Amino acid sequence: MTEQRVSYTLDSSLETIDSAEEKATRIATELGFGDDEVMQISMAVREGAVNAVLHGNAYAPDKKVTLAFERIGEELVITIRDQGKGMDLSKIPNPLAPENLLKTSGRGIFLMRSFMDVVEIRPSSTGTELKLIKRVHGSTEGGKEASQ
Amino acid sequence: MTMKVSTRQVDGVTIVDCSGRITLGEGSVILRDSVRDLLSKGNKKIVLNLADVNYIDSSGIGELVSAFTTTKNQGGELKLLNLTKKVNDLLQITKLYTVFDVKDDEATAVKSFK
Repeated sequence: MTEQRVSYTLDSSLETIDSAEEKATRIATELGFGDDEVMQISMAVREGAVNAVLHGNAYAPDKKVTLAFERIGEELVITIRDQGKGMDLSKIPNPLAPENLLKTSGRGIFLMRSFMDVVEIRPSSTGTELKLIKRVHGSTEGGKEASQ
Repeated sequence: MTMKVSTRQVDGVTIVDCSGRITLGEGSVILRDSVRDLLSKGNKKIVLNLADVNYIDSSGIGELVSAFTTTKNQGGELKLLNLTKKVNDLLQITKLYTVFDVKDDEATAVKSFK
């Protein structure tokens, strides 16, 4: 990523999910993240894009997903916005709870939180805004727990 | 890389050789259809060989869970074979490693069926 910030406006389609993942992989690689971190970042972006396309915009052709990558100091800040109705985080079950282990969905946000240093999910003026932050390895001691 | 599957029989056990990506969309659908097809034909001892699966997302994980429970509910058994490090790590993180019967040797996997 030669510029400090790039953003994309994408359709609510399966192709957008693959495209978002590919962009994340390319940009994270360009920024010098290691292979494992690139995989983590690309997977977190993929899961965020899935949420935006499926659960946010529900594939609506008139709704868009915006995806932005920004290098701020020693952090890669990724923002994904949809135009959906928003989500109630309190209703998302813990996928590690024994009663939920065999559920076939509900692991996306958990994986994002596992792979990124910061995950913030909040309502925006038009839908839901997801912010994912990954620090360049070793730039800051410790990790910051995800917040809403 | 598109998801591909092929099946073969070894001592009454169906080995499903999977390659590519198990992700939302085509990859998940191909896996789902393959397992359902096997079960409908009475093949209830199933091993998913994931040696060449290089990527899986949360939808793919859900599809593995679905395959496991669908097979179990029909009186069968489904086991996983030859996990790549990425898939292994994901199953560890999600605590599913303890749910699935995971093998790293085909002969052992085949013999492990009752």
